[in-house]
Amino acid sequence: MTNILIQNGQVVDTVSLKLKKADVRVRDEKIVEVGPKLKPGGGDERVVDAKGLLVSPGLVDIHVHLREPGDEDEETVASGAAAALAGGFTDIACMPNTTPALDNEAAIEFVFRQAFRAKAARVWPVGAITKERAGKELAEYAQMVRGGAVAFSDDGAGIASAGVMAKALKYMQPFERTLIQHCEEPTLAGGVMHGGFHSTRLGLPGVPALAEELMIRRDIALVRSIGGRYHVAHISTKVGVERVREAKKEGLHVTTEVCPHHLLLTDEAVSTYDTNYKMSPPLRSPEHVAALFAGLKDGTIDCLVTDHAPHRPEEKEVEFLNAPFGIIGLECSLGLFAKALVHSGRLSWPAMLAKMTDGPRDVIGRPRVAVAVGQNADLTLIDPAREWTVDVSTFRSKSRNCPYDGWQLKGRPVMTILEGKIKFEL
Amino acid sequence: MPRTVRTVESAARTEPLAWTRKHLLGLEDLSRAELLHALDTATGFKSVSTRSIKKVPALRGKVVVNLFFEDSTRTRMSFALAAQRLSADVLEFSKSASSVNKGETLIDTARNIEAMGVDIMVIRHAAAGAPLMLARSVKCAVVNAGDGQHEHPTQGLLDLFTMREIKGHIEGLTVAIVGDIAHSRVARSNIHGLRTLGARVIVVGPNTLIPTQIEKMGVEVSSDFDAVLPQCDVVNMLRVQFERIQSSQFPSVPEYHRLFGLHKERFKRAKKDVLILHPGPINRGLELDSAIADGPNSGILRQVSNGLAVRMGVLYLVNQAMLAESEI
Repeated sequence: MTNILIQNGQVVDTVSLKLKKADVRVRDEKIVEVGPKLKPGGGDERVVDAKGLLVSPGLVDIHVHLREPGDEDEETVASGAAAALAGGFTDIACMPNTTPALDNEAAIEFVFRQAFRAKAARVWPVGAITKERAGKELAEYAQMVRGGAVAFSDDGAGIASAGVMAKALKYMQPFERTLIQHCEEPTLAGGVMHGGFHSTRLGLPGVPALAEELMIRRDIALVRSIGGRYHVAHISTKVGVERVREAKKEGLHVTTEVCPHHLLLTDEAVSTYDTNYKMSPPLRSPEHVAALFAGLKDGTIDCLVTDHAPHRPEEKEVEFLNAPFGIIGLECSLGLFAKALVHSGRLSWPAMLAKMTDGPRDVIGRPRVAVAVGQNADLTLIDPAREWTVDVSTFRSKSRNCPYDGWQLKGRPVMTILEGKIKFEL
Repeated sequence: MPRTVRTVESAARTEPLAWTRKHLLGLEDLSRAELLHALDTATGFKSVSTRSIKKVPALRGKVVVNLFFEDSTRTRMSFALAAQRLSADVLEFSKSASSVNKGETLIDTARNIEAMGVDIMVIRHAAAGAPLMLARSVKCAVVNAGDGQHEHPTQGLLDLFTMREIKGHIEGLTVAIVGDIAHSRVARSNIHGLRTLGARVIVVGPNTLIPTQIEKMGVEVSSDFDAVLPQCDVVNMLRVQFERIQSSQFPSVPEYHRLFGLHKERFKRAKKDVLILHPGPINRGLELDSAIADGPNSGILRQVSNGLAVRMGVLYLVNQAMLAESEI
């Protein structure tokens, strides 16, 4: 087992939200020493000079699509987990909208097995809320929990029926797992971009913000009445953020997450009809973006996620109307979030990183990780000043559907350590 | 036929030459000078149709392909005839007779056709943005002949041309566009062209067919046709496109006719010299009564013959722009 001494770095404390200059010694899987000016232990200990780097607890992305089983030419558990490491993530949670869906224990265990073989980032499967994600019958939660499902979602679509959602919340309670909802009222959906001035101008059918707001309102009412742990996936609307804020004040167990594209892009980007700007929920207008930033600052939004959604080029290189939803982002999300939040002065590095570590771990019920003695050595070393250009051709992901190709970013993970092993090094 | 009055607006009065576009994808991006230049170019070509030999050599040796992924009769014929009158060779492509049905993508189809040595592609497609996508993937010129609910720039130009020809000017006109605004590419191209040239535009229709925030395109919105009609110099009646209205956007055809149809009773409210346009094909008796469509205020057949001149002008302009580009 290699031992590592990380010298001269700034240790990130995601609770006090402070940076502290300290060295970190890793032996086997654990952090064994944290303090100033640790002496190299000699032998096979690798000394890493982390001068100017942030030493963060391993990053987590709880909204990733890995496409396995079913669409292995777009992504596999192995390629997605490798992309995650390169993006600084020690842990990812994958959504169950595969073919077939992850709606039973064997499917959940299959994902674990593929992740074990890949020996890359840890992969936590999210099970489906309903059988075949059809929104009708409850899937086997108890058995999927036994298989290791960390949360449940029919992501890609919301649970249209209030009755089914009520049953899911109720039946889930003893298992203490979070229900993650893709909030979109289907009778108002059916569009391909945000419903507003630009959809009118471009002649494309729109999805109004109301479609998201209505389902969030409905689900919060259900949680108030029934209880349970509820998480709004990829929040994108002003009123949605307001409702989650109120639900938190009320003391309901309601959390939410946001994607980089909903912070950095608006619906005007669709003017080029480039299908890399087609995602669900769609890019919104500036008033919604402003509300998302406010929600991040005041703590309404708990997590930063990518909604990494790989697609084949043949699928995306079609008319905007006919293209599938989604873009990839695992390998550039840290730099994107830094651009949106840190370099713009909205959040400090520790405050942002808390939403990429503790926030998502809480949602999927994984214990928090700190850079402290006795903790698992799951660490991400980040160079906050490193300027780099996104080049999708270098991605470890199998797909290339990414609108950020060529973007200049500042801040990049340079080393990802998982259980004391250096799994990625730039 | 309405009386033709002298044209007071023309590009020659603003700036000398204003066309460098190899593609005509929409009217949204065109400046006032470009719009007027396109209209003036069409004026120049209009007389060709009245000569005994209806042909000029402007596009001799050039190949124009009509790529129609959606049904069309008049636009397709108009483009074909326009290209022929400019002495171009014309290739016809239609969806049913193509390999699109075999799963070939638009880009593959276009690149294959381009490889045969095509100079100008005229595309009609059900998906908004398809012409822009095409323009990004081929080297030849691309002319949008209607993309989904987005734009139909040559229809917009021929409407402007007809208004200018009959009214003498565009600036200061009050133009109502009536009907299914939400699903209409004709409405969008008209709005862009008319606003850039300084007309007042009122869109009229059932609220369910008025798209969200359209007022930000610089138009007024009304659902009261009776109140709007007396103010209008021009009324552009859109076809109710049943095939595009996926769910029920208005309760019944008779109710639509009562509220938004242009029938004899309502027509009494209009100005004596109001110009009635319609992009065709007309649902007679639904949005427009026959007596009005065929009456003295109708410019509908004039639109069709002007369409030919406008399309000749557009094909000529994009070809000139392509020649200029290849000289650089």
